[in-house]
Amino acid sequence: MHHHLILRIVSKFLIPPILLYALYVQFHGDFGPGGGFQAGVIFAVGFILYGLVYGVSHLRRALPPTLVRALTALGVLIYAGTGVVSMFLGFDYLDYNAFASDPAHPSQGQHIGIIIIEFGVGLTVFAVMTAIFMAFASRAPEIKDTDW
Amino acid sequence: MSILLIDIALFSFLLLTAFAIVRLRNLFAVIMLTSVFSLLSAGLFVTLDAVDVAFTEAAVGAGISTVLMLGTLGITAHDEKPATRSALLPMLVVFITGGALIYGTMDMPAFGSADAPIHQHVAPEYIERYPHDIDMPNIVTGILSSYRGFDTLGETAVVFTAGIAVILLLHRSTLGRRRREDEEEDDI
Repeated sequence: MHHHLILRIVSKFLIPPILLYALYVQFHGDFGPGGGFQAGVIFAVGFILYGLVYGVSHLRRALPPTLVRALTALGVLIYAGTGVVSMFLGFDYLDYNAFASDPAHPSQGQHIGIIIIEFGVGLTVFAVMTAIFMAFASRAPEIKDTDW
Repeated sequence: MSILLIDIALFSFLLLTAFAIVRLRNLFAVIMLTSVFSLLSAGLFVTLDAVDVAFTEAAVGAGISTVLMLGTLGITAHDEKPATRSALLPMLVVFITGGALIYGTMDMPAFGSADAPIHQHVAPEYIERYPHDIDMPNIVTGILSSYRGFDTLGETAVVFTAGIAVILLLHRSTLGRRRREDEEEDDI
């Protein structure tokens, strides 16, 4: 897709705000609508747009499939690991009260715990969505200029 | 009143989109219309005050699944084959199922009713304890990730499993194509 100058330039302008918005949704999920799941999807959309416009081979160079596969597992590991850590701190599995520095205010720990596990969710969702897109897109022949 | 007008507009667009999806044979147009369908449903969720659900519907239904379906379309044909059999039996099944579903909604509590079973079970306890336990502005995120932390862990595991399954199914062929592509690039 070498001749589609407008598409390439416009997506170049769009990708950074999309990624930034995903981060906003991720870390603002405690205050507004959204959270790890939606943020992961939006973050993946930024990369998928890149892959659509510039081709999957470029996307693979920007985001190696090995890394994506590792992130897929890492997200779940962060989430499940949070529970293990809270158990080591003497609380129930996934009881975020464990992370409160002051036991009188357990909601502090809840905030920390929720941000960590939402990050895990976002990571897994982002990686899975990107991996599925890569898997599908590498099977399809690249779109030729004449097809547009 | 304005909500009612918005609902009527959204539902009529939804109906039109659904009919267009059934009638059209061009699969590219059908995929775009399913995306529109998702976006309209997201609008409906907003009018129901379910912004988190609307957000997910817009991102997944209108965004990702459209891209994935377009990716699939790249491998298959662009036009649906004309049906060879009569549509009478499927039509009957659809009408009976739809009728049963509508009949089922008759017994459901009215929209927004405080007596609805969903508002009687654990919800009152969550809402009562929430300001003390978690106290984050978005109660949906708080309930989903703390009180319902195990469920969300399960959901994440489901997403992970689905991703692993797709990678396992398509990975080998991906590698093969990549090697071929690399060789082609070398030739050039």
